[in-house]
Amino acid sequence: MSSNKKYWKSVDELNGSPLVETLRQNEFVEEIPTDEFLGDKETLESTQTTRRDFLKYVGFSTAAASLAACEGPVKKSIPYVVQPEQIVPGVADYYASTIADGFDFASVLVKTREGRPIKIENNKLAKAGYGANARVHASVLSMYDQNRAQGPSKGEEAVSWSDIDNEVMSKLNSGKQAVLLTQTFASPSTEKLIAAFIEKYPNASHIAYDAVGEDFALGAFEAKYGVRALPDYDFSKATVIVSVGADFLGDWNGGGYDAGYAKGRIPKNGKMSRHIQFEANMSLSGANADVRIPATPSQQKAILDALAGGSTSGLPENIKAAVTTAKNELRAAGASGIVVTGIQNVSSQTKALELNANSDVIDVTAPRLTRSGDSSKVTQLVNDMKAGRVGLLIMAGVNPAYTLPNAADFEEGLNNVVSVACSMRADETASKATYIAPTPHYLEAWGDVQIKQGEVSLIQPTIRPLFDTRQFQQSLLTWMESDQSYYDYLKTMMAEAGVTSFNKAVQDGVVMTDAFAKAVSTTESSITADAGLAIEDLQGDGGFELTLYTKTSMGDGNQANNPWLQEMPDPITRATWDNYLTMSEADAKDLGLWLDRSTFFTEARNDANGGLNGRLANVTVNGVTLENVPVMVQPGQAKRSVGLALGYGRTTSIQEDMQTGVNAYPLMQNFQTTQKVTIEKASNDIHEFAVIQLHNTLMGRGDIVKETTLEIFNTKDKHYWNAVPEVTKAHIEYEVTSPEVDLWDSFDRSIGHHFNLAIDLNACTGCGACVIACHAENNVPVVGKSEVRRSRDMHWLRIDRYYSSQETFEGDNTKKDNISGIGSSMSEFGEMEDPAANPQVAFQPVMCQHCNHAPCETVCPVAATSHGRQGQNHMAYNRCVGTRYCANNCPYKVRRFNWFLYNGNDEFDYYMNNDLGRMVINPDVTVRSRGVMEKCSMCIQMTQKTILDAKREGRPVKDGEFATACSNACTSGALAFGDVNDHSSDVYKQSQDDRMYHLLESVGTKPNVFYQTKVRNTKEA
Amino acid sequence: MIQVNRRNSFSRIITLCAAFLLTLSTSLFSQIDASTGDAEAGKSLFNTNCAACHKLYKNMTGPSLFGVVQKYEEDYEWLGKWIRNSTALIATGDARANAIFEEYNQTAMNTFEGLSDADISNILAYTNEEPPVIIDEGPGDDSTVEPGVSNNIILAILGLVLLLLVAVLFLVNNTLKKFAQAQGIEIAEEETGKSIWKAFVENQFLVLVSVIFLLLGSAYFAYGWMSQVGVDQGYAPVQPIHYSHRIHAGDNQIECKYCHSSARVSKTSGIPSLNICMNCHKSISEVAGREAGDNSSVNEDYSKEFYDKEIQKLYKAVGWDEATQSYTGETQAVEWVRIHNLPDFAYFNHSQHVSVAGIECQKCHGPVEEMEIMEQFAPLTMGWCINCHRETNVNLEGNEYYEKIHEQLSKKYGVEKLTAAQMGGLECGKCHY
Repeated sequence: MSSNKKYWKSVDELNGSPLVETLRQNEFVEEIPTDEFLGDKETLESTQTTRRDFLKYVGFSTAAASLAACEGPVKKSIPYVVQPEQIVPGVADYYASTIADGFDFASVLVKTREGRPIKIENNKLAKAGYGANARVHASVLSMYDQNRAQGPSKGEEAVSWSDIDNEVMSKLNSGKQAVLLTQTFASPSTEKLIAAFIEKYPNASHIAYDAVGEDFALGAFEAKYGVRALPDYDFSKATVIVSVGADFLGDWNGGGYDAGYAKGRIPKNGKMSRHIQFEANMSLSGANADVRIPATPSQQKAILDALAGGSTSGLPENIKAAVTTAKNELRAAGASGIVVTGIQNVSSQTKALELNANSDVIDVTAPRLTRSGDSSKVTQLVNDMKAGRVGLLIMAGVNPAYTLPNAADFEEGLNNVVSVACSMRADETASKATYIAPTPHYLEAWGDVQIKQGEVSLIQPTIRPLFDTRQFQQSLLTWMESDQSYYDYLKTMMAEAGVTSFNKAVQDGVVMTDAFAKAVSTTESSITADAGLAIEDLQGDGGFELTLYTKTSMGDGNQANNPWLQEMPDPITRATWDNYLTMSEADAKDLGLWLDRSTFFTEARNDANGGLNGRLANVTVNGVTLENVPVMVQPGQAKRSVGLALGYGRTTSIQEDMQTGVNAYPLMQNFQTTQKVTIEKASNDIHEFAVIQLHNTLMGRGDIVKETTLEIFNTKDKHYWNAVPEVTKAHIEYEVTSPEVDLWDSFDRSIGHHFNLAIDLNACTGCGACVIACHAENNVPVVGKSEVRRSRDMHWLRIDRYYSSQETFEGDNTKKDNISGIGSSMSEFGEMEDPAANPQVAFQPVMCQHCNHAPCETVCPVAATSHGRQGQNHMAYNRCVGTRYCANNCPYKVRRFNWFLYNGNDEFDYYMNNDLGRMVINPDVTVRSRGVMEKCSMCIQMTQKTILDAKREGRPVKDGEFATACSNACTSGALAFGDVNDHSSDVYKQSQDDRMYHLLESVGTKPNVFYQTKVRNTKEA
Repeated sequence: MIQVNRRNSFSRIITLCAAFLLTLSTSLFSQIDASTGDAEAGKSLFNTNCAACHKLYKNMTGPSLFGVVQKYEEDYEWLGKWIRNSTALIATGDARANAIFEEYNQTAMNTFEGLSDADISNILAYTNEEPPVIIDEGPGDDSTVEPGVSNNIILAILGLVLLLLVAVLFLVNNTLKKFAQAQGIEIAEEETGKSIWKAFVENQFLVLVSVIFLLLGSAYFAYGWMSQVGVDQGYAPVQPIHYSHRIHAGDNQIECKYCHSSARVSKTSGIPSLNICMNCHKSISEVAGREAGDNSSVNEDYSKEFYDKEIQKLYKAVGWDEATQSYTGETQAVEWVRIHNLPDFAYFNHSQHVSVAGIECQKCHGPVEEMEIMEQFAPLTMGWCINCHRETNVNLEGNEYYEKIHEQLSKKYGVEKLTAAQMGGLECGKCHY
């Protein structure tokens, strides 16, 4: 008997809504416009073409087209008329340079091919500013941005440089106040130039402005040491690190501390540094910490006070205990302990400086100069502009109309002044300024940067300016009526500073000189007025505390038009193309912002393809409301706190696809990144996220991420904490690596090179520099938000982030092992799927594992993927027919399929769709077409080049010469590449380490990528 | 024999002495005089010493030298001083010398202290030679009349004859039939047995076999035809400037890598930039014509005028003004048509093959030195690459890179010399990434 259940597709249908009936009658919701071509009877009748003629035409044109296709196209080759001496077509040249865009500062090497920069590498000669982050790696693409300002203009109308110069000079001579509002240049020559400029025009003044400033840390340091700068830290010397709200592995104090930090994290002689983190948002630092305690900004202030000797009263019990432990450990560590803080007020920052007074880790004698902005002066400027006291405003490298919290006031003031925006693009500010004086990208310009006092890095152009641009410094010289070029000015200044060989300095990219150093002296600090966060404001009214942060991918937002960065997954949330309000699960449930896992209705947390959804909320700070901010539930977020990333929501001169997220700068009232907010549910709508990792936890699968504690690592045998899985054969247990249980005939790899990649989970901070480096090296396409949501992202290298649902990963394993019976497995696996409120986090870079016994190879029907003797798993794109069997059979899910043609396709209008953007493509790597599988090649083009260079010079390959794009980009030492047949190589030593294991060893694939077990310096458990 | 030898050496000594005396005497007493010079000897002296900067009938780095004696009013003493050491002459403040020096951009002329008076006389005699009147029958490429009748005409006539024959036979047949009819003779009809076609159709086995053969045959040809798609062997496109490898690499024996220098270090061999052409073509503004005798580059297909026009195209592209012997700065890139089009998914590195393996360019590019128009010699198919990798031994000599790997691998394979394939030269990823 058949069931007479009623099935229905929607509630409307169930209720018998008339709309459903109408829809049922119409197969197509929109009417098909047949009338357009059939309704015109007249034309239809008068036409000479019969149906048979039409078929003939179709037949003929098809035949003609297929015949024509047999002819090869004629290709042109156009050599140089006069070839520059240094350039050999087909051979890359490297130039040292430095990025200083006001947010990121780093010494870099620029790889150029036939005169076009195509990749950024680290400059190993540099000490300060060593270690390019993901944004710096991506900056090369920002140069080939077709939305850049291409010539001087007044509004929409193009003008000549002399028009701008005349107006500026007449204003300067008029005697009315003129203001230079600039980014932090940290450039000795620019500083000198500005001083000379002010001397010539006494009515001029200079204000430095950082979009995301460090006002409070700068203020505290200035009060104590007399110089407006930031202390430098060498975390490799630290044994105990206590961070109170400082994301020092992110962009705290300008960033760039991960290399030093990672050095101390690798257990050596049974010792490694200990890291305790108190923070509100889950940050990179918190994810790497041994102990992480969620604490709201107001609690953080109390924690720091307590560390400095105050009482812990009023704090929750767990924080009290943690503070006591931290205090004891700091005391025990003595000079190798360090306290860092990101609390937004001067007194807390001063307390931290005082706590660190005797620490070896901090360096106050040669401070960092990468932040100098003074927000009080900016506030004053806005008032002056509104009052009409300013005659001329010259802006360089800043975008206040976007980054100021009171942008509307600024725009109002802008109407009262003649303004010149020396900017790379007609951005929010420049488009409203009187004149746009386009500046070149740093890869097209000259300059110098003093990242850390005593070490000057040089900027040199690596390509002729693409557009009609003029450097800000050159403009200053012109306005000072000087005929000198900035290059000559720089050269002269360097010679005066005692730099004997300018050419050598430019070649190295760095030169050590104390000529520009400012004396640092300890002064009696007397902070009377405590600028910054008034903590009592934040407490007690049931509202939320907001922490604004910068994302690893987007930073302050000046590279928002860079598709690489837009598609780079956030290391913590794994979300791309978005910013969002991070919130704890409990708070989300309270506010009705929680979406359940799998409800029948459409508003579920995940859609059918796994795409993550979120609710929308309105966020209000001090009367300023941001509407419809998507909410992402973030494990580890401190309760009653929320986080929101800056740098998104840009709209002017940004390609439409790249206009993502919401602009959080209006919430940064008084230039503080911590605010008191009220949050309410905006509507019942949902927001669709594009998150690339759908599984948040390991669910106890211990052979993916192996983790142990320092205590166990030091005391127990490696078989205890890093056991090789075993299988039984004829009732005897064998390790899976044993040849006894191997089905495969092994390749002989003992001869020649055998490449292996070592990944140290202890050193990996999850910074993602390798992801972007891989993009640049291997022409990995950008697919866009909707494709990422369909899990069609093309990253060859991903950094998986795993939470644990127990307090520790170990706990997860135990829980899984204890599951028995179907009932408990149903419920407990379900529980394990959800991360804990304060989970532990592990990062794991995963790329093609280049298995010696590769499952993908055996299933390819056309042998498009095959093995090389050197250990690389080859992928011949031209042979691939796109069955995707290999991806299906890959246990690591590292193969990527080209669902579309991503280059020269208007549907994917990113850098590969325009002539300018395509200049960044690496000519040594194929640009893949639609319908083929691709994956990490272990940078075979780089290993082959190294081998060829050695062959041509008739010598063996030198130690350390082999590299991949990711291992080159990694400054923390997490990725090491080399030849394991060379027993003196680093990678061979790592392969013999006790911590070594292979991913999913039990599968028996024998990968050529291996991992080092993560050791956490925790005493409990 | 010995005597003969002795006599020879004796006579040689005498000649040498005489020559010595003669040079001594000329340097002491004789004067430079073009009228006493030997133009033939002068020509060879001119070509070795002067031709790099001077031409007879055209200004180059230095002025044209035709009629130089008359120009300077047969002032042989001054000419001698100028030729032997112009710098010294300029230094003396000689007005005429300084004028020339200024006119030619203060380019100092080489010194020729070694030239004897007789040599200079010979050279000057040569400079007095009138330009040869070229008895040219017009441009060579279309004017030369073939001796005798061309093949085509013979073939045409033959065809006509055969056609006539057919017509005649047909007519004869017809006429005979008419005769037969007129005379009432019955022509016996052929016996209408089974036609061979019908027999064939009825033999099913034969039909089956022939169908199979037909299918196999057509498959074979179809496969053969299809594997030709995209293979452009023999592709010889017309280039914007007619550049003759025959003249450069063949006649003048210029080493390939002089122009294609990046083949040594780079993946591309590089199309030479125009400044490399100008290394030589600054002083070679015209091709050696027919009057130059045996080293003529001109052949019956291409005339001197044709080649000279091509050199002018080069000058135009690179912006070289022949009159002032300087660059104008107005350049125009030359859009060569690419001949060897390897698909993007195949990686080929010239330096690996040229520098490391030491393979001759001709191995893949064919007898370039004989090619008037450059063409694709090799099929550039994967099979062609692979075959060579299988057959070619790796060039290990003196290359420390190979020492260890060769020792181990040759032991493994039990061979003396390893082929490129045994070194891993057949692995997909070596060329496809």
